[in-house]
Amino acid sequence: MANILVYALHYEGAINKNSLGAVSEAARLAGEIGGEAHAVVVGEGISDDVAAGLGAFGATKVFKAEAPEGLSQPVVDVMGKLFETGDYQYAIFGGGLLGFEVGAGLAARLNAGVTMEVTAVNVDGGQLVAERPILGDSSISTSRYKDRGIIIGRLNAFEARESGGSATVETLDVQLSSHAQQATMVQRGEQRGADVDIEGADVLVAGGRGLGKAEGFQLCEDLAGAFGGNSAVAATRAVVDAGWYPYAAQIGQTGKTVAPKLYLAAGISGAIQHKVGMQSSENIVAINKDANAPIFEFSDLGIVGDLNKILPKLTEAVKARKG
Amino acid sequence: MKICVLVKEVPDAAVQKRIDPSTGRMDRSGEKNLNPYDTHAIEAAMQIKEGGAVEVEEIVAVTMGPESAVRALHKAVSLGADRSIQLTDEALAGSDVAATGYALAKVLEREKPDLVLLGQQSDDGECYTIGAVVAEHLGMPSLTQVIKMDVSADGLRCERQAEYGYDTVQVQTPAVISVGDAINEPRYPSLKAIMGAKKKPLEKLAIGEAGIDASQVGADGSKVVCGDFKAPPAKSAGTIIEDEDTDETVEKIVAWLDERKLI
Repeated sequence: MANILVYALHYEGAINKNSLGAVSEAARLAGEIGGEAHAVVVGEGISDDVAAGLGAFGATKVFKAEAPEGLSQPVVDVMGKLFETGDYQYAIFGGGLLGFEVGAGLAARLNAGVTMEVTAVNVDGGQLVAERPILGDSSISTSRYKDRGIIIGRLNAFEARESGGSATVETLDVQLSSHAQQATMVQRGEQRGADVDIEGADVLVAGGRGLGKAEGFQLCEDLAGAFGGNSAVAATRAVVDAGWYPYAAQIGQTGKTVAPKLYLAAGISGAIQHKVGMQSSENIVAINKDANAPIFEFSDLGIVGDLNKILPKLTEAVKARKG
Repeated sequence: MKICVLVKEVPDAAVQKRIDPSTGRMDRSGEKNLNPYDTHAIEAAMQIKEGGAVEVEEIVAVTMGPESAVRALHKAVSLGADRSIQLTDEALAGSDVAATGYALAKVLEREKPDLVLLGQQSDDGECYTIGAVVAEHLGMPSLTQVIKMDVSADGLRCERQAEYGYDTVQVQTPAVISVGDAINEPRYPSLKAIMGAKKKPLEKLAIGEAGIDASQVGADGSKVVCGDFKAPPAKSAGTIIEDEDTDETVEKIVAWLDERKLI
């Protein structure tokens, strides 16, 4: 029998949506290979109810460990110990920064195979086979594992499905390795910039580094204003890290996932980490001066040109059209 | 403090990348360059050295790759590294991320750095995880995607964006830190530095010299078998407008939006 272990990322009393997706996916796959999906939560004072809640997504057992949260290596210690003592063949992680770090660290500790950015997992001959897009998503490769396999999903790759099951919760006592104790969380989850709400917007005008400077966002705000109603301005990670726009408006890997009716990307190259947060938008329009920008590969309408010239005129035209 | 910077040679961004169907590996021929993300790691090392909060004895650039990868080291040295090490051995060809991380860790073990820096990802493999693999083998703490790092006698105070906002983490050295591109603006090498790069010490190591177990590297030593390349589901190509007359372009955009009832 081969079981699957899943890391469930916890923050302020809730489990990350991508982790719930990973639990659902692991439960489905475990069913096919004749094993069980077990989940691991690591943190400070996580309630048994929160841990047991993973049963609804298909975990049959949840291990809870008291250790610093938001850091990868304590989780590697916990999962490594479970692999040593239990019958586990695979570990699955939902998309996100910590999943990448824990998965890679665990692969090193277990001498296991690891695949990241996985978009689908299948079963072939009782073994898991992971699919991963490569080369700017122009091709998909498959990974098979000689022994143990660590599968790290791409953001939003695994859908959370409530199956209505229940899980037992077991508290683990793990001695942290010395290097895990060399990192200490000083502050977690600091929100930088204004608390803007972009998740319910029908129209999102998103700005990237191509805006040139923080003031460039005025062009996006003007255009969003012209659309009026339920529209908002969003941003890429690069410009949020640079302090040009609030973190709350950030799309992608470590930001929001959105699917508005219209996503208008201005000066955004379209890196994978951005794409994963907005590719489900109904209509994608991109303006970029670089004709080779990856965003043109997944936009419905692409304009190769200078956004400084196009956006003001587009704003006027939309205003005129709305009368 | 001794700093090692892990660097990698990658295909130039302008070159079409492909997989060699006969081997299932990336075709790494063609124009190459230093992974652009790694220049931020070298710059971070230089800023620690120049910052004065701690004394930096030396900055060592380390790479693993074929003979040609020496160019990435020359670039790294021209950007400020004092010397470089190239791990190169045919036995390494086809190593997956876990095997690569193991091999690099063995080279680093010989150097005993206080800090290992690397870029947050490679431009070709789209892999963000080598730092975490290396750190685990070295028994060091690690953080990836760090965008601010203050170095003092007490260690490193690192900031990065994670799932729920910005995290600040205090890390005691020795440590492995992968840096995001927002951490700094890399300098351009001076002509003198470029000319002098080839004169800086360069050590070439085969796997035996680095104490690497041959059974743990290369295609055979890797734990993942990659293959079955297929095309992703076809997505109908979008319309592209080259902006020549902006009034006309805007008219076309508005018509397109109108057609879809988006205004």
